[in-house]
Amino acid sequence: MRVLIDQDKCCGAGSCVLSAPEVFDQREEDGIVLLLDAEPPAALHEAVHEAAAICPAAAITVEQSERV
Amino acid sequence: MTTAERIEREQETGPGAGPTPVAVPAARATGCPFDPAPALERAHREEPMTRATLWDGSSCWLVTRHQDVREVLGDPRFSADATRPGFPFLTAGARQFASGNPSFIRQDDPEHARLRRMLTADFMVKKVEAMRPEVQRIADDLLDRMTEGRHAADLVAEFALPLPSLVICLLLGVPYGDHEFFQKHSSVLLSLRSTVEEVDLAQKELQDYLCGLAESKRREPDDGIVSRLVARGELDDAAIASMGRLLLVAGHETTANMTALSTLTLLRNPDQLARLRAEPSLIKGAVEELLRYLTIVHNGLPRIADEDVTIGGHTIRAGEGVLCVLNVANRDEEVFPGGAALDVGRDARRHVAFGFGVHQCLGQPLARVELQIALETLLRRLPGLRLDIPFEDVPFRHDMGIYGVHALPVAW
Ligand code: SF4
Repeated sequence: MRVLIDQDKCCGAGSCVLSAPEVFDQREEDGIVLLLDAEPPAALHEAVHEAAAICPAAAITVEQSERV
Repeated sequence: MTTAERIEREQETGPGAGPTPVAVPAARATGCPFDPAPALERAHREEPMTRATLWDGSSCWLVTRHQDVREVLGDPRFSADATRPGFPFLTAGARQFASGNPSFIRQDDPEHARLRRMLTADFMVKKVEAMRPEVQRIADDLLDRMTEGRHAADLVAEFALPLPSLVICLLLGVPYGDHEFFQKHSSVLLSLRSTVEEVDLAQKELQDYLCGLAESKRREPDDGIVSRLVARGELDDAAIASMGRLLLVAGHETTANMTALSTLTLLRNPDQLARLRAEPSLIKGAVEELLRYLTIVHNGLPRIADEDVTIGGHTIRAGEGVLCVLNVANRDEEVFPGGAALDVGRDARRHVAFGFGVHQCLGQPLARVELQIALETLLRRLPGLRLDIPFEDVPFRHDMGIYGVHALPVAW
């Protein structure tokens, strides 16, 4: 799995941080999303998919490298 | 009727030719006051995208499916700018409110993003999580006072409302001593019954108050949000006041009503209450489920199409208004099976109680922390909590843009 973020789209409501705090954080100055791990381990895949699904600004994209 | 047939018919006759339009705001049932208005639920079952008529005789689209609501709110081709002709308002007062000093909630990007980003750091998860001890202290103080030598109180007045009010005042740098003044005015702004004149007056009073506050922070800065907006030097006092008013109004009514209504909901669902008491670690998920189940922004979020957009098989034409009915979408069986029932063990994170898209509630991390602490503390400290009046006598806020209860007499 490869995670991509678009900081220009992010509106900083932080739902991603609640779903997958190991993968997403927010920038100290303005609350915009930060990617901590672009290739998270399998154990976090479900949480990352959830984060992408609930992101209100469509700022998170998940690329599936291999079939799961 | 298949989607193709429907589109064909609309091309021939226009979108108004479908089923009888739903009049909004629609009244809730006398049955279960937690359920959405029956007319809206019926619309969802029969025609998930349909026409609605508004108070002034105008009409707009009514969107009730979870997927469609997310599409509309997440699509920048739908504008939140209330100054556009044809924008759907729920009342004359709401139209008046939107016409003066709009805040970024009624603006589109890039201006919306520019303004909103001045505040995102204040409400980000890390920042708000660090406030837990402070929020806990406030919750405990309020309950100490409420229970001292007494066994009954109005939970709204003594706990549910003062908790978020104190927190938002602290964050903004607004003296809490003034809370009655702005509580009064913010409820006028959110009432569906307010007249145009009442809205004008409340709006002006709040604006003047906050302009005065900005002025005073220029002389005596502190570390509150208003002071920091002043120090940034990018906004004039009127713009700072608009922003402050949005935070003040949103910070007061929403969490307060969620707290009181959630408490009542749990008291009416004793099995769910017992489960939550037995497993306090469920609290975070339970708060999401209560947000989903209750969805206190219950009258539909308004948008207007900038260009023709096809949603759910219907073409919404440029200039047509749309109302996204969050509370019905949050019970959509396709996303939340058995959604008409409260289940504190459910994974409800996909709810749209905070809206969706770039306007999604900025204060949601704060609301979550406040609700988790308020409910956990209340249930832990008052094991004998019960409703102190017959359920039929509970004054529900049918008349308000934010649903909830006007008062909640409880005993313990
Ligand atoms: S959920 Fe989306 S919009 Fe919100 S902080 Fe994360 S990336 Fe940004």
